[in-house]
Amino acid sequence: MDIFIQQIINGLVLGSMYALIALGYTMVYGIIGLINFAHGEVMMIGALTSWTIIGLMQESMPATPGYLILLIALIISCVVAAALNFVIEKVAYRPLRNSPKLAPLITAIGMSILLQTLAMIIWKPNYKSYPTLLSSNTIDIAGAVITPTQVVILSVTAVSLAVLMWLVNYTKLGRAMRATAENPRVAGLMGVKPDVVISATFIIGAVLAAIAGVMYASNYGTAQHAMGFLPGLKAFTAAVFGGIGNLAGAVVGAILLGLIESIGAGYIGALTGGVLGSHYSDIFAFIVLIIVLTLRPSGLLGERVADRA
Amino acid sequence: MKQQKIIVFVLAAIGLLVLPIVLQGFGNAWVRIADMALLFVLLSLGLNIVVGYAGLLDLGYVAFFAIGAYMYGLLGSPHLTETFPAIAAMFPEGLHTPLWIVVPLAAAVAGVFGVLLGAPTLRLRGDYLAIVTLGFGEIIRVFLNNLDHPVNITNGPKGISQIDPVSFFGLNLGKKVSLMGFEFASVSLYYYLFLAMVVISVVISHRLELSRVGRAWMAIREDEIAAKAMGINTRNLKLMAFGMGATFGGVSGAMFGAFQGFISPESFSLMESVMIVAMVVLGGVGHLPGVILGAVLLSALPEVLRYVAGPLQAMTDGRLDASILRQLLIALAMITIMLLRPRGLWPSPEHGKTLQSTKT
Repeated sequence: MDIFIQQIINGLVLGSMYALIALGYTMVYGIIGLINFAHGEVMMIGALTSWTIIGLMQESMPATPGYLILLIALIISCVVAAALNFVIEKVAYRPLRNSPKLAPLITAIGMSILLQTLAMIIWKPNYKSYPTLLSSNTIDIAGAVITPTQVVILSVTAVSLAVLMWLVNYTKLGRAMRATAENPRVAGLMGVKPDVVISATFIIGAVLAAIAGVMYASNYGTAQHAMGFLPGLKAFTAAVFGGIGNLAGAVVGAILLGLIESIGAGYIGALTGGVLGSHYSDIFAFIVLIIVLTLRPSGLLGERVADRA
Repeated sequence: MKQQKIIVFVLAAIGLLVLPIVLQGFGNAWVRIADMALLFVLLSLGLNIVVGYAGLLDLGYVAFFAIGAYMYGLLGSPHLTETFPAIAAMFPEGLHTPLWIVVPLAAAVAGVFGVLLGAPTLRLRGDYLAIVTLGFGEIIRVFLNNLDHPVNITNGPKGISQIDPVSFFGLNLGKKVSLMGFEFASVSLYYYLFLAMVVISVVISHRLELSRVGRAWMAIREDEIAAKAMGINTRNLKLMAFGMGATFGGVSGAMFGAFQGFISPESFSLMESVMIVAMVVLGGVGHLPGVILGAVLLSALPEVLRYVAGPLQAMTDGRLDASILRQLLIALAMITIMLLRPRGLWPSPEHGKTLQSTKT
């Protein structure tokens, strides 16, 4: 039983990180209908930036408490990621807004490769160990353990989601975003500047991705130039799972995906008598996705028909 | 006009035939690059059927390539006989399945997988389809990576080695052949084989494009509902596009396995799928010369640059090595070409526009 609880905790932590990334995908998709393949790389850049900052701070001011270093690193990496995503959108996606559908997708893929390569040049391709800045004393919950880092991840995710929901539902910018997602041209006639809204969307997505990146790196203790790819892919899967373009759907999809993945990985060995091991965990996401899309092509919470694309 | 076309055509044909002999002079590595470029042309032609004609974005195309390669690898290497004594007893001289069985088998199995993948995804379009196919590609790769236990079928990440080279009519492409004073290295022989396959594939693709099936695919690509209303059986035709594309992938996979002599799951990562899509789209979706151009550019140019990267690496203190430079250039090429020419380098002529120009 305690294994089950442990897997649920791991699943929630994993799922909340997917959720933060998935929100960036789903917001961008909802507004301009583009799969931003480079989103996972923005998360990676966020994580690696924070790694550099932490390294610098630990060297220059060794007396600073860990949580403060983490906080400062987090803020700086959010700013860097936001600036990066803003530039990416301006340079690579905006000129292609009215071209054939495949063109922006290819630039997005190209951008993803470019960012990985640049990260490889700047930070070198080896795995970096990411320092543990919070205390490593684990907390017991009904026989399962949870680290302070994981507690922080869960609470930061909850706070970020609350802020995002407030932003989208109760502010002027949020209303403009929803209007643009509905119909950019009409929104433009109503006095909304679609370009500003789109830039804002990319910036918000990047901030969430950078938070996810920093947390991902501190949870697993490593950072590397290719670290953003698989989480990015799974987060996109989660966004589709929940119904792409739908914010609540992305969160629900991501948490469910995290749970399925960690519970599946925990039990697949026992269920199949050791034939299939936990290294199959990476494919659960995709199997779930194929099943969901076959049965319900618009995702769990999606209202739109799949034919829209 | 017509005569001019024929002259250009003949010159191009002669050029392609002489190319490996010239490249051989510079070293076999250059011929290898040409070989790989031709293989990628083959793959892109296959994917072009799915993406270009039928408009179904497939991001897991490399899975079919992998299926073909593993088919050839398993049936033409000592791996199966070494792991399973029963098979070794059946084939005391080792498993050397002839080409005439393996290639159709690889094509058929890949085709079946293509239809299998197509069936549940028929209702999906656009980005949903892209992500499902992408997932399918990953699933195949994870299985290839992990099917070394409990029963060792694929030999896991270590891959399968000692794969037989292609041989037919008593001609073994793994060894060099002397003909009329010329010495043809193994890689040059493969070049001619791949060239022949590319020519056949171009003819097949071209005929398909003009056929009833091809026109139906394009109708589906432009507007699925309208196509349905015109009496096109969209379900069967989409499945057919998936199957046909996968068949091409399977055959090129088999050729890849034979050519390399070694395959491992690493060669079939998502990155490869993405590269093939990029080749098709960069060149010009649905336009054969464009697709070929895209494949040759993206596969050959970075390889050529590998040879000039040495000094650069020394200059940047090891940070910019050949493979990083290659990746950097591919990424930059993808972005800039799409920004400057969103419809591809050599797009198909737009419908309707030619009609207007003839009127005036």
